[in-house]
Amino acid sequence: MGKTLFDKIWDSHVVSEIPDGPSILYIDRQFIHEVTSPQAFTGLENRGRSVFRPAQITATADHNIPTMDQHLPIKEQLSAFQVQKLKDNCARHGITYYGLGDEFNGIVHVIGPELGYTQPGMTIVCGDSHTSTHGAFGAVAFGVGTSEVEMVFASQCIMQPKPKRMRITINGDLGKGVTSKDLILYVLSKLTASGATGYFIEYAGTAITNMSMEARMTVCNMSIELGARGGLIAPDEKTFAYVKGRKYAPQGADFDVALEKWKQLYSDADAKFDKEFTFDANDIVPMITYGTNPGLGMKISDSIPSLDSIDSASKETFKKALDYMGFVPEQSLLGKEIDWVFVGSCTNGRIEDFRLLAQVLKGRKKAPHVNTYIVPGSYLVAQQIKEEGIDKILADAGVELRQPGCSSCLAMNEDKVPPGKYCVATSNRNFEGRQGPGARTILASPLTAAAAIVTGKITDPREFL
Amino acid sequence: MPIEKFIKTVSRAVPIPIEEIDTDQIIPARFLKATDKIGFGNNLFRDWRYDATNKPIATFPLNNPKYSGTILVGGKNFGCGSSREHAAWAIADYGFKVVVSSFFADIFKNNVLNNGVLPVQISDAFLAEIFAQIEKDPNTEFEVDLQKQTITIMATGKSESFDINAYKKDCLLNGYDDIDYLISKLPEIEAFEKRV
Repeated sequence: MGKTLFDKIWDSHVVSEIPDGPSILYIDRQFIHEVTSPQAFTGLENRGRSVFRPAQITATADHNIPTMDQHLPIKEQLSAFQVQKLKDNCARHGITYYGLGDEFNGIVHVIGPELGYTQPGMTIVCGDSHTSTHGAFGAVAFGVGTSEVEMVFASQCIMQPKPKRMRITINGDLGKGVTSKDLILYVLSKLTASGATGYFIEYAGTAITNMSMEARMTVCNMSIELGARGGLIAPDEKTFAYVKGRKYAPQGADFDVALEKWKQLYSDADAKFDKEFTFDANDIVPMITYGTNPGLGMKISDSIPSLDSIDSASKETFKKALDYMGFVPEQSLLGKEIDWVFVGSCTNGRIEDFRLLAQVLKGRKKAPHVNTYIVPGSYLVAQQIKEEGIDKILADAGVELRQPGCSSCLAMNEDKVPPGKYCVATSNRNFEGRQGPGARTILASPLTAAAAIVTGKITDPREFL
Repeated sequence: MPIEKFIKTVSRAVPIPIEEIDTDQIIPARFLKATDKIGFGNNLFRDWRYDATNKPIATFPLNNPKYSGTILVGGKNFGCGSSREHAAWAIADYGFKVVVSSFFADIFKNNVLNNGVLPVQISDAFLAEIFAQIEKDPNTEFEVDLQKQTITIMATGKSESFDINAYKKDCLLNGYDDIDYLISKLPEIEAFEKRV
């Protein structure tokens, strides 16, 4: 019987298997950042050890940094200490570190692909659940805890039970104004926030293969919101063209050798998946969330489900979510006034996302009452925003462009949404307090976020296209 | 470096009958600025436990004196969301030895296991029974026996078994940790690197 793409990559990285236990899985690349690595360095040093394969580890500061005045010392003392600690740890262990102001600094899942570290067929981990983003390149990439970060420091391996295989196939064409973010929010609304727990997803179908690499990254990024260990897409010509010529991608003859291997990375026709779902891209329209997990989403013109439609065991949780959001069952959210808009994050902080934003904002103005956090995913994205004149479009619309970082996705820095305020966000999580204590997050695509900037309300972006 | 052994515990339990409890609730992001593993228990469930003026919210189970014990019981899909191991550190630091739910998120499950806290996954029906039993009598004790892989409601004797792979079970029973194990395998790992 044939093998799935996931099995091909996983199996070729197993050093050994423990009977009725996890595999020792070899990791090709580990990304680290300031928040989930310090305790791993301390643990390693307490064992009297140094990093086993420092050349296979890449560090960036992104989670806990300001997105204004990055040339100045970080004001918040604990944040400054944490970032300094990463810099010192990397220097001591010989790890490449992209600090604040570095031309290659940015969100870990934006810079990995950008710099060519992320390549088809790799195993990739990071102490961050959105590591699944790198799966867009046909890599087995997933988030890990700090103990596992330390395992990779010590041995370039982790102990990991093998997940089951799921395939999600989406055929057909996405309509005008419908983005890859809408596609993954749609899948989430169908499968729920635990629909893929225990599985590794392969996304397939023409709606996926027709996507750009950046759009694919948005889809794979939110695999974790389905509970999946990760999600990947078979690499194709688009993937190879994206990787070719990037700073840390194989160069010259090495690239050709790599390419031959990468071309073998697909699920065999007779490969068996433990679970399969199929959706039709024509059913997908702009999506928004109404609750406090990413599975609680709906078509932008739909109404929140009625209480009767919810399982009795889940009713309390559903009511709690709506209470927090200040919504009621059966409410329609079109035209609902919002207060903030956040465009950025590892989900939607790449150049194509800013092009979508600019497409709507060009020649229009921000609604006066709306506050914004507009945050590029990296310095390279920020650079391209300037080169394409998107910065001018934003300035003309009355919208301020900030500096790269995770920003208001998790609001560890100052980029918080005040209690009770509504924020349309292009990020990945609408959990209670995610954007600051009491903040109310509505997840959406960059187009829907842009429409909300203009109208100050939940608005179908197709009105502006 | 050995982790704390887990063999068996008999204790009362603290119920949080909410589904989809994500790690942002267990430990909010603003408390992730520490560079050590100490003291996270103070901020466990911070925004459900305290109001905006830092006053304890009396109705939240951790603040309700009728509930106590080293067993935390939560609704399904417990620990979803962020991979932050700080959530496991907060649960362990607060004093919990066991987390019971009908469904755990994958990364969270690995994280608690790596910190000597046992995730006990049971059926939806038994979870409902446990919540009902605690509601009826918060003094009810539960026995969690790792050797036998069972959780028992002491008052009724009703019991259910739970899964754990043999390797992780052995680690917890003996206090072994994965990192020591991997370090012992370095020659094999180096051989693998040469092979591929």
